[in-house]
Amino acid sequence: MARIIVEVMLKPEILDPQGQAVKNALGRLGLTGVADVRQGKRFVIDVDDEAGVDEARIDELAGSLLSNPVIEDYAWRVVADTEAGA
Amino acid sequence: MTSSPTSEGVSGARIGVVTFPGTLDDVDASRAVALAGAEPVTLWHGDADLRDVDAVVLPGGFSYGDYLRCGAIARFAPVMEPLVAAARGGLPVLGICNGFQILCETHLLPGALTRNESLHFVCRDQRLRVETADTFWTSDFEPGDEIVIPLKNGEGNYVADERVLDELEAENRVVFRYLGGNPNGSRRDIAGISNARGNVVGLMPHPEHAVEDLTGPGTDGLGLFTSALTAIVNA
Repeated sequence: MARIIVEVMLKPEILDPQGQAVKNALGRLGLTGVADVRQGKRFVIDVDDEAGVDEARIDELAGSLLSNPVIEDYAWRVVADTEAGA
Repeated sequence: MTSSPTSEGVSGARIGVVTFPGTLDDVDASRAVALAGAEPVTLWHGDADLRDVDAVVLPGGFSYGDYLRCGAIARFAPVMEPLVAAARGGLPVLGICNGFQILCETHLLPGALTRNESLHFVCRDQRLRVETADTFWTSDFEPGDEIVIPLKNGEGNYVADERVLDELEAENRVVFRYLGGNPNGSRRDIAGISNARGNVVGLMPHPEHAVEDLTGPGTDGLGLFTSALTAIVNA
């Protein structure tokens, strides 16, 4: 069993109105000094065994299905079972 | 024009309307096609078959529940493979709202639609300016025409980088612009764009909801469908 973590964030130049709304809520709840909040996505993909992880295919799908390269950046990594509590 | 749309179409032109799981406006789009004088042909997301249609409408709604990103999963539906190939070959394709989002996800159109700047879902009758008549879907208009059609979306904020926006304007590919206030934060008030050839057009507002006085703010939306019909009949 292996676990692949894919994280997707809006590109820095793309406005993130959801992050702005969260930032405003943090301020209302008394957290001071928050300069910025950006909201993203995290995909946790479990595969049967690590030998089966096709890195080129994972990268292709992370950059097409899981993210839209026009507005989002992605990063992915394979984690061992011991980290699999993620 | 009679009060009820014909099912055969007076022109012989056949315009397909795709239904995905979660599509809402396919029936209205088919009705608009019929009112314009063409025969609406239902297309199914799971069939990689365009049924020899002369043009295709990707209607509005929430395909696949807008999961992941709006239009992101619909892009990979079986019907999209022949559709993308045909669009690249010149088939007229109109994407409305969720259909526009799908066209951006397929990269048939540049840019992307993101969450409205206000975070609010916006539903209102929207005034637009038709910026160009040089597309398959706007040839019955004059540049500068003002139309009113419904707008209803939560993720209609058109974004693209400055280079793409400059290119769209230089090539006369901004097809519709918002008037009377930008409803969603779209860059340069862009409501709709086309590809370089002008056969693929996407817009967020809904022309198919403005084809009859009884049910819409007017009939300004009909012009998009009659434009396509003109292009097909003259082809």
